[in-house]
Amino acid sequence: MKVFIYPTNSLILFDLVERFGHEPLAVMQEISKRVNTPGLDSPPMNITPEDPKIGLKYAAVEVPSGVRGRMALNGPLISKAEAAIIVRDPVVSFGCMGCARTNELVNFLIRAKKIPILDLDYPSNEEEAKEFVYKISQFLKSLGQEEKK
Amino acid sequence: MNSSENLVRIAQLSCGAEYSGIQAEIDSAAKQVNAVIVYPEIDIKDIEDIEEDFGLKVASSDLKLLMARAKSIVTGKVKVDAVFVATCFRCAEGAIVRSEVRRYIHEKTGIPVISYSFTERTTAGTLLTRMEALTTTARRKSLLAREKQSGMTAGIDSGSTTTKAVVMKDNKIIGKGWVPTIKVLESAEEAFNAALKEAGVKREDIQALGTTGYGRFLVGEHLKADLIQEEITVNSKGAVYLAGKQKGPATVLDIGGMDNKAISVMDGIPGMFTMGGICAGASGRFLEMTAKRLGVGINELGALAMKGRQERVKMNSYCIVFGIQSLVNSLAAGSTPEDVAAAACHSVAEQLFEQQLQEIDVKEPVIMCGGTALIEGLPRAVEDLLKVKVIVPENAQFIGAVGAALLVSGFIRSRI
Repeated sequence: MKVFIYPTNSLILFDLVERFGHEPLAVMQEISKRVNTPGLDSPPMNITPEDPKIGLKYAAVEVPSGVRGRMALNGPLISKAEAAIIVRDPVVSFGCMGCARTNELVNFLIRAKKIPILDLDYPSNEEEAKEFVYKISQFLKSLGQEEKK
Repeated sequence: MNSSENLVRIAQLSCGAEYSGIQAEIDSAAKQVNAVIVYPEIDIKDIEDIEEDFGLKVASSDLKLLMARAKSIVTGKVKVDAVFVATCFRCAEGAIVRSEVRRYIHEKTGIPVISYSFTERTTAGTLLTRMEALTTTARRKSLLAREKQSGMTAGIDSGSTTTKAVVMKDNKIIGKGWVPTIKVLESAEEAFNAALKEAGVKREDIQALGTTGYGRFLVGEHLKADLIQEEITVNSKGAVYLAGKQKGPATVLDIGGMDNKAISVMDGIPGMFTMGGICAGASGRFLEMTAKRLGVGINELGALAMKGRQERVKMNSYCIVFGIQSLVNSLAAGSTPEDVAAAACHSVAEQLFEQQLQEIDVKEPVIMCGGTALIEGLPRAVEDLLKVKVIVPENAQFIGAVGAALLVSGFIRSRI
């Protein structure tokens, strides 16, 4: 299944989704289509003023251009999503979404899709971290069973 | 802009610039003024601690990054010559951080800093004047320290609405020229010739020439100017010179035909500044249209406004179209031309106050300059809003030309 992850650039979530045989939907895939620099993650990203206009599909013109530009990347991922894992209040190093307004919109839109969603708090100790990974694995396994049915 | 001049390192502290698709425009504007954009390197830990350190809690991580980068500049961890702070237009959280970070850097380091709120329509052209002013302040402090004009020099201010020229000799204005801008070069020639004629000198007697304003490059290249300089630094210098306030703090306000400048100045050198240019309703053009609708000359509008009271006219919009419509409706409802003129001045002043003066430190003396300063109702409206005395120096409309003539006198030796 296509699983949307939040934060959308979390490498850990990306890896977990992939390990359980699903397709992670992450912003890196969208960014990589736009990179024209020597390395895949070399800034600046090749986003043009056209992207905030594409973002008008998700947010009106009075919404800041940075939000709309980000939505040009996140919006197509949300459209494709069949399931989602959302981690609340992660630390920056886990995966970071720079703009809080975009994050609110992304969270709203993914929830509005009525797809299977796993909501998790970011763990603050080792015990919680184990529980965190366990819950994700169970969720991803259940998605596999859903798919078989 | 001379490519042989020192490369200026500008730190970009921003949120949303790359996602708005304008990073290439910022880089291009910097390149045109021989500057390079750098991103102060910081540790992840700096981002985690910054809310506590800076004292401002924000939800957006990129704004935390912005504040952490500002701190690295203030603590000297990163060395830069100037700072460009930018966030998305219409982002409230971004606007608060932008304003506080600019103040923080300005107060703690004295490094020249400008801020800007962008949309996806922001172009390198829009940013150029700001970048030019930023790099000039970083690069030419000794030139900007000049307080007296010497020798025989001239300055031409090629503005969007009018072209002004002055000839100065030994710290005195000896000739002035003022014409509407029609064709940039012809208008410049006309204004320059008028100033030369009044001064009773020939073009070859001029030891150095400086140009400023929108047409500065074209006019400067055509007349082989010794100094081609944007309006922020030139107007700052011209304003404090004409007002006799060269030492200490000052605030310079210039409501132009196409955009407004609000500049916080210290010892004649611009510190923080804003340039408005999004709405014609906040420009001199609005007053020009009001004067036309009232059937009076622009030079008569100010005196008319002084006799009126803006509270008697209800304006529903700042817009140059709908605002004028409000004024027309008021006239139809029986308002006097005096009250309408006062309301128009108040509308422009209020926009300057709301959109620009919140972004700089308004310190007295407040000096208003440019042609609009002569519309008496406008400085009065600004006084009412700021509750401070506004100074309109003699020859306020020649501020750019005088600033250029003054600064370029520092080039006389190099020309000989």
